[in-house]
Amino acid sequence: MIGTGKIKQYANVLDKPLGKGKQEVSLSAFAFLFSELVQYNQTQVDNISELETRLEDAGYAVGARVLELLCQRDKGNRRETRLLGILSFVHSTVWKVLFGKVADSLEKGTEHEDEYMISEKELLVNRFISIPKDMGTFHCGAFVAGIVKGVLENAGFPAVVTAHFVPVQGQQRPRTTILIKFAEEVLRREARLG
Amino acid sequence: MDTNDSLRVASLWHSMHAISQQLSPTTGCSGIELLEADTFDLHCFQSLTGTKFFVVCEPGTQHMEALLKVVYELYTDYVLKNPFYEMEMPIRCELFDINLTQAVQKDRVALLGR
Repeated sequence: MIGTGKIKQYANVLDKPLGKGKQEVSLSAFAFLFSELVQYNQTQVDNISELETRLEDAGYAVGARVLELLCQRDKGNRRETRLLGILSFVHSTVWKVLFGKVADSLEKGTEHEDEYMISEKELLVNRFISIPKDMGTFHCGAFVAGIVKGVLENAGFPAVVTAHFVPVQGQQRPRTTILIKFAEEVLRREARLG
Repeated sequence: MDTNDSLRVASLWHSMHAISQQLSPTTGCSGIELLEADTFDLHCFQSLTGTKFFVVCEPGTQHMEALLKVVYELYTDYVLKNPFYEMEMPIRCELFDINLTQAVQKDRVALLGR
């Protein structure tokens, strides 16, 4: 028979090692699933901002779980306490695990001290989505903003995270920017830590 | 050609395609694939689900079947995965339009060399 090896039987399912699992999922499968998620939420809400909130909540749940998983798997159960640390964690590790590549750029906001931006030429979730003209400023990247929010808040850095389109000269499609605005206490704590 | 005209042509073609399937003297006919007229050619591609894609071109243009297959792929990508598209409605998806013009452009460059 093919493939009969001795598989170690674990008495308790909690003792089984947490494998890395299959790294890849079909993009089309994800696109259809995400499209259904958006369509389902559209039937449940009355206006666009509620739809964005719902997508963000869905992403928040993902972010919370991703943080736990990555802390255990990639960082050896250490947690970030500094602002830049958690931001670069989101920008590289989380993005790599979720989207297969690091985010395009991480910038500090020029106008306000508490604003940071992660930009991406095109979010994976938005790859096949064209927003109709009458939906205005709606952004399906609210899902990704929710993921970032979930990661940050559960790591102890409460923040308000939103997704925006930023038109770029010379390109038909605008860039996407995830704007992260940290709460007061985070900045105060950061200042205290030096 | 505005939306109403395209809808008219599409419904006309749909009926003709269905009638031709019944009329055909050979068994197992799946409908009209090519319509040749004096001033234009009409190539048609039918997917497994019965959705028909047709392209109207100058007489004697080559490789239209390949173009239709490309359009089919673009359709499945940018229209069917778009949560804001309702089935059977006219397609108003920006990404689909952009990629469609690119595909036709590429085809034109390849065929005519300009």
